[in-house]
Parts: sequence; structure tokens; C-alpha cells
Amino acid sequence: MNTIAQYLTRTRGRTRLSLTDVITYLYLTFGTIVMFGPVLWLVLSSFKSTQQLVRFPPTILPYRQETVTVEGYDTPLDLYAVTMEDGTVRQLAQVRRVGIEAQMIDPTNPEEIIRVNINQRQPIESVVFSFDNYVTGVQQFNFWQYLWNSVVVTALATILTLIVNSMAAFALSKYQFRGRNAIFLVTISTLMIPLSVILIPVFLVITEIGWSNNLIGVIVPGAATPTGVFLLRQYMLTIPDELLDSARIDGASEWRIYLQIILPLARPALAVLAIFSIMWRWNDFLWPLIVLRRSELFTLQVGLNSFQGELQTQWNLILAMTVLTLLPITAVFAFLQKYITTGIATTGMK
Amino acid sequence: MNRTAAPLEKSTASPTPQSPNFIQILFNGFVDLIDRLMAPLQNLLGVQRMAYIFVLPNLLIFGIFIILPMILNLSYAFTGSTQLFPADRPFIGADNFARLFECSNFLDPNTCREDVFWRAVFNSTIFVIVQVSFMVVMALTTALALNRKIMLRAFFRSVFFYPVLLSPVVVALIWKWILQQDGLLNAVIVSLGGTRVPFLLNAEWARVWVILISVWAQMGFFTLILLAGLQAIPSELYEAASMDGASAWASFRNITLPLLMPTMTVVLVLALIRAVQVFDQVVPFTNGGPGTATTYMVQYIYNTGFTNQTREYGIAAAASVLMALILFTLTFAQLRLTRAGQNES
Repeated sequence: MNTIAQYLTRTRGRTRLSLTDVITYLYLTFGTIVMFGPVLWLVLSSFKSTQQLVRFPPTILPYRQETVTVEGYDTPLDLYAVTMEDGTVRQLAQVRRVGIEAQMIDPTNPEEIIRVNINQRQPIESVVFSFDNYVTGVQQFNFWQYLWNSVVVTALATILTLIVNSMAAFALSKYQFRGRNAIFLVTISTLMIPLSVILIPVFLVITEIGWSNNLIGVIVPGAATPTGVFLLRQYMLTIPDELLDSARIDGASEWRIYLQIILPLARPALAVLAIFSIMWRWNDFLWPLIVLRRSELFTLQVGLNSFQGELQTQWNLILAMTVLTLLPITAVFAFLQKYITTGIATTGMK
Repeated sequence: MNRTAAPLEKSTASPTPQSPNFIQILFNGFVDLIDRLMAPLQNLLGVQRMAYIFVLPNLLIFGIFIILPMILNLSYAFTGSTQLFPADRPFIGADNFARLFECSNFLDPNTCREDVFWRAVFNSTIFVIVQVSFMVVMALTTALALNRKIMLRAFFRSVFFYPVLLSPVVVALIWKWILQQDGLLNAVIVSLGGTRVPFLLNAEWARVWVILISVWAQMGFFTLILLAGLQAIPSELYEAASMDGASAWASFRNITLPLLMPTMTVVLVLALIRAVQVFDQVVPFTNGGPGTATTYMVQYIYNTGFTNQTREYGIAAAASVLMALILFTLTFAQLRLTRAGQNES
């Protein structure tokens, strides 16, 4: 007991747990509940049946009522624990319910019908994580199509972003040319122009090019990210110019320098940008909402939004689909969280 | 090409899983191909001017999808009718702006011709003030807590950051599920002896919850930036202060706050810019309702240009020009503030 107390009150560097430490831990624990609790609640709820979901107050874990198949009845009957008049508790199956009276039978002796007050019976339940919502949801929601669209958009857009941004960053960090500062300034200042400000003309441009209702219309416009150019340029500035000069003396062309010297050396920065881009694209909502009108082209986010609009009451399916939508990004975070957090802390941008 | 062939032979000879690295071979072939194709271009332009080629794709995308739309937006703002193509739209001067500002009493949206616009402006103003101040305080508190020497620091940091990764739609659905009539929160309220609250059907509650969920979803991002700022403060300063007998509060006021100011400015302005643009989370959450209670500026622009029966592109563009002005002012203020901060230190 003493050692546990010692372990719990141990702090880094200092010897004793001060009041401030206690408050800090309380705050952080409360924060953990608030930040992570809602997601956990969503996941737990997604395994519940429709009957369980409308139950109030809700249970924390998903339960399912035990059923029993009795000869002579087509459907499985719900099992209840019934308190009899003499105080004994028996497991009975309910045949039907009339008002406050339930007609029950003993599964071992299905001939005799026992009538009990419904207040005397308690459903027998066990914790069951059912994937029914997922199975039905995937069928009704056109999940695979949306997933495919999301994957195509995220993958192609990230590759395009890496190529286009690294080329621009290379030019802006390693060459002296007229207009360099102007181009850099324009690039950075577009950080401040959100899509929301230019919604209508962007829609016009996309329509004119013929990219409306086309995944390309979602992929290409967002590829020239100012954040990416800035991040890569800052990194490439640390690559010594002598390396490039000696390669030029050896007869390497500028493209060869870019592909075989700059890109491999900038790999850490490219990795950070790739993670960012995957996050942005997977979660992107506004742009695909405007470009894509035909439902077979929807990404998961747009699909999920329209799905919840259509099926206001089908929470069981919505919950399951929401979990499936957040799963990939959670996996990315679990494996790459160190890069994500340091990446954001160093660039201060998203 | 000769060099790349060597490791292939070696790996086929030895049974160890030393990768033949086809990707490397492919990549080298690709580099050679690009090299051949681009050689005439480089001969023509010279080494330094190749930079234009490298910067071109990025500039093209910028130009077509950001700069051009910006110019077009101005043209929409000063032309009328419901036509989408600028050529079909008659020039009407500042009429769109005049319509937006046609109000007999600016404090009462009901007296305005575009009453929804003014409701959106009021909603946005309140949202920006409350959301930004609440979020900055929460993010700072959390960053200070995470900056202490505590166990499980990395774990707590990830927990607070996790919601940042969730998409607006997912965030909205998670909270809609908790806040619905028979939801978790109402169950807690009932178990404590209260009565159920229709959170998203009541205008005031809906406003409160839009603020709360946007803080929930974004706080971790700002916490992370503030934490980086806190960790950049040299620990010698605190050691010297405690040697001089300064209290914890005194060192917070005289060391932490002033040295964190540049980071705070960045956080504040980024938070402001984002708050002005609030939209993504609201659409799946309340879709602007109940009524117009949670209709903010961008939602107004979106509705006017895309979902309303008559597509008033001119009005929407005029509203977005006004919003751009606000954003530019904020950005400009940030630049001024950060520069002033640098001069001081």
C-alpha cells in the first residue's frame, strides 16, 4: 500500500506532490474525459441495437436481451427473470404482452402459460458487441463507393501536393530570379484567403473548366498549399548550396538535382507535409460539398452529411458510419502522432 | 542504369531478403527520362531561369483557383441579376452593397432589407468574441498544465490534440448524438433530478453548443502552439526567479506572460480568422438553425449563392468582399502586433 502511494506521489525531479500537482492531475483527468469521452460514447453506442439506442436512460455498454427458441413458436422468444408470488425467481420466455399482463412460458415446459404482471419481470441481458449496424450501414450507405472516392482524392491530392509544392519550394529556396520575392509573398498571403470568401467564383471557374461533378475538381485546386510551400522552403534553405554546385560541375541537370538531391534530403519535411495533406483531404468538407453534386461521387464526409440529413432517425446506422469514417484518421494519428504534433508546433499552421 | 543493375544481381544470388529495390530502379529510369526530356529546355533557358519552370505548376493552380476567383468575386459584387456567367451580368455599381446596408436601424435586423445578413453578422460577432476568448483561456490553461513536470505528459498531450483530427462532420455527429433528447447529457441531467433540455431546438442553447463544440474541436491545436512557446522559454529564468524568492504567480506574470506574448498574438489572430470563417462544423450540426440562430457569415454567403431558390450571386459576393475586408484587417493587425512585439524585445 505504502509503495503504491509512493509511486502515485512520485514526481519528476521533485520529491513531493504539491497541491498544484494535484490540481494539474485533476484538470488533466477531467480534460481526458471531456476530450475522449464523447468519441468513446460514440463507439460504444454504435454497437447497440435500435431498441437499445432509444432506451432512456441509456446504458453504457451495449446489451442484448437473451432469447430462447421454443418448439411451437416461429420466432425466438425474449427471456425474462420473473419473481413469482412465492418469492422464487424463474427464467421464463414471453409469448405476448397484453396491457400490464405478460403471458410467459417456461422453455422447459412450453405447454403451461403463466400470466404475470409486467412489473414482476426483468429482461435477462448480456453484453454483446453487435456489428449489425455496421453490416446494414455499409449496405445502405453506399460506403465502399464513398470510401473509394475519399481514398482516391486523398491519395492523388497528396501526391500532387508533394510534387507541386516541393518544386515551388525548390525554386524559391535555391535560385536567384526576378520576381522571386513577389512570388513568395503572393504565395504566403494566400494563406489568409479562405475558400469561404471566394466560394462563388471558384464554383464558376470549376464549372467553366468542366470539373464540376468530377473528382479532379476536388483534387487539383487545393494542391498548391501555401503551408506546404512555406514548410518545404524553410527546410530546403538548410540544404547547403555547395552540394548543388558540385552536382552541377559533375554535369547534373537541374531536374536531376531536384529529383536526386533535393527530394531525398527534404524527406523529413515531405513526410510532415504528407501527413498534413492526408489529414486535410480526408476531413475536407466544404470544397467537395461545392464541387460534387452527384451522390456516387461523394467523399465520405459529404456522404455522411447527406446521410444524416436523409435519415434523421436512423441513428444506429449513422453512428456506425461515423465510427468507420473516423477510424482511418485515428489510425494515422496513433502511428504518426509524434510527427503530427512536432510538425504543427514548428510551423504553427494547419 | 548500369549501377542499378548491380544490386539486383546480388539479391537474386543471395537468399537473404535484401530488397532488390525495384522502386529505386524505376525512379532512376524516371529521372533519366525527365533528364532527357528537359535537357533542351534547360539549354534554352539557362540554369537560373529553370526556377520559373519549377514554380510554374504551383503558380498556375494559385492563379486559376485563388487569384482569378478573387478578381471575379469583385466583378460579381458589382454586377446584378441571377446569371452565373460574368458576361451576362449587368454592371450595377455599388447597389449590392447598398442593399446589404439598407437598414433603418442597424441594431435591429428586422428593419433591414437583408435581415438574414445582419442576423448573421450579429451571430458571428458574438460567436467570435465568446469563442475566441474562451478557447484561448482554455488552451493556455491546458498548455500550462502540460508544461509542468508530470507523468503521462505525452499521453495527455495526445488526448487533448485528438479532436483536432476529426472532421467537422464527425465532430457534429458525435455531439448531436450526446445532445439529442434521449442522449447521454439529458440522461445525466435527469439522473441528477433535472428535466430534459432540447439543446439543439432552443436558440440560446444551440448557440452555446456551437461555441462549445468548436472549442472542443480546435483547442488542442492552439494548446500545441502555446506549449511550444512555453517550452521555448529558458528554464534558467525560472531558476533565477525562484532563487530571488519570487512566488510562482510573480514568475508567471513577469516571465511567462511577457515571453509568451508573441506566441499568444499568433494564436489569437489565427483563432480570430478561423472564428470569422466558422461554417464546416455548423452545417452538419444545426444547419444554421433553429431559425437563423446559428447562421453565421459564411453560411449566409453559402445559402445566398448556392441553396436559396433565387441564386443571388451578387449579394453573396458583396457579403464575401466585406468578410475579406475583415480578414485582411485582422491579418494586418497581426503583422503590426508581431512587429511591435519584436521591436520591444
